[in-house]
Amino acid sequence: MSTIAESDHKVLRRDYRLTGPEAVIAQERGLVSADWYQSPVPRKRMKELMQRSDAPAIRDTVIWLVLLMATGWMAHLLWGTWWSLPVFIVYGVLYGTVGDSRWHEGGHGTAFKTSWMNTAVYHLGSFMMTREPVSWRWSHARHHSDTIIVGRDPEIAVQRPTAIWRLLLLFTGLPQVIAEFRKLIPNCVGRLTAEEADYLPASERNKAILAARIHVLIWVAAITASIMVGSVEPLMLVGLPTLYGRWMATVYGLTQHAGLAEDVLDHRLSARTVTMNRVNRFLYWNMNFHVEHHMFPTVAFHALPALHEEVRADMPAPYNGLLGAYREIIPALIRQANDPTYFVQRPVPQVVLAS
Amino acid sequence: MTMAWVDVCAAEGIDAEDVLRFDYEDRTYALYRTEDNRYFATDGLCTHARVHLADGFVSGTTIECPKHNGRFDVTNGKAKGAPATVDLGCYPVEVRDGRVRISLSSEGTG
Repeated sequence: MSTIAESDHKVLRRDYRLTGPEAVIAQERGLVSADWYQSPVPRKRMKELMQRSDAPAIRDTVIWLVLLMATGWMAHLLWGTWWSLPVFIVYGVLYGTVGDSRWHEGGHGTAFKTSWMNTAVYHLGSFMMTREPVSWRWSHARHHSDTIIVGRDPEIAVQRPTAIWRLLLLFTGLPQVIAEFRKLIPNCVGRLTAEEADYLPASERNKAILAARIHVLIWVAAITASIMVGSVEPLMLVGLPTLYGRWMATVYGLTQHAGLAEDVLDHRLSARTVTMNRVNRFLYWNMNFHVEHHMFPTVAFHALPALHEEVRADMPAPYNGLLGAYREIIPALIRQANDPTYFVQRPVPQVVLAS
Repeated sequence: MTMAWVDVCAAEGIDAEDVLRFDYEDRTYALYRTEDNRYFATDGLCTHARVHLADGFVSGTTIECPKHNGRFDVTNGKAKGAPATVDLGCYPVEVRDGRVRISLSSEGTG
């Protein structure tokens, strides 16, 4: 296990850019593409846990898409009445929150056994979350290589010191979508941002540009449809749910790493596993087992509960639900607004420290 | 050219549909056994992020990298999609007298 002592934090306001000096510092400290701690799991058992199956993901995807279409149709029928409001809230979460977990699992290629199904769900989730699918695949690979390593990880949701207003805006989806359009628009005219150029290999750049153009075209079609019918309804069904439906994805997403240690090579110190009920685990596709997911990304969402049981003796105790996690996250982020060196120290089982 | 065969393990020393790490001199390799008992060998590190493939997942004739889920065809080393975009080197394998041997006389082809 590697950690950086608090005395090493010479710069209070850290530079999270992938092209800044912290990227060089991370390299010098041996934090780039490093060897991470893994809980011991016998190879035979690991092979069982890595097995793929189409059935759980097909079942969940059918339920998801049927609910999405049913609530979308109901929202259309109720358009113009206050009754449409609760229906749009549900539709929005199915689109702008569930789209996130499906994007994630499809991207790893583990949700389904059949490859094209993973690809299809990944692209659908990518559009729903306003994420250009090619560069985000590479961004997420970097997140797994260098998880919460400052200057390397492009997916650190809450940077220190905490900007409280920006943090609150994450629940509206505005910062995420604006940041994405700042990439999509240059991509459409054939340019990559400096950050994209840092993690996207040359062979993938034209694919990213094509995907960005397709995404923007769909947005243009939805906007055109709204103008033609003289109503925002088409955009409320395609496009805008990425904003008004994203709040729950942010609720889930902040539990993953917020407030925990940066620059450590042990996922138990920089990620959270949170117990959740069946509804949340369906919406979030078991990503509440986040330490386990980072430690063993080849294990599909449906096998994460079994993996959790396999390694639980080597893990810090999981948080008791979203409330249990936020009892820690909220005070930690408030404290980090004034003290960027502060982080929550997770208790790692002693037996492992001694081994 | 005469091939220099290097002994790796007993044919039964690797499970069906699994992968085994094999270090020789200063390099590391991955040996695969498919479900229908064919054996293949490739470079041992993923071409994307230099992770040992022997910790990965074998499904059919595909090896999946344990870190980023990059996938390769073990029969020819071909990368099957992002983030694996560079092929693995491949090495001839033979089973003789119950032992698996691979030829390391040249750079892997792939």
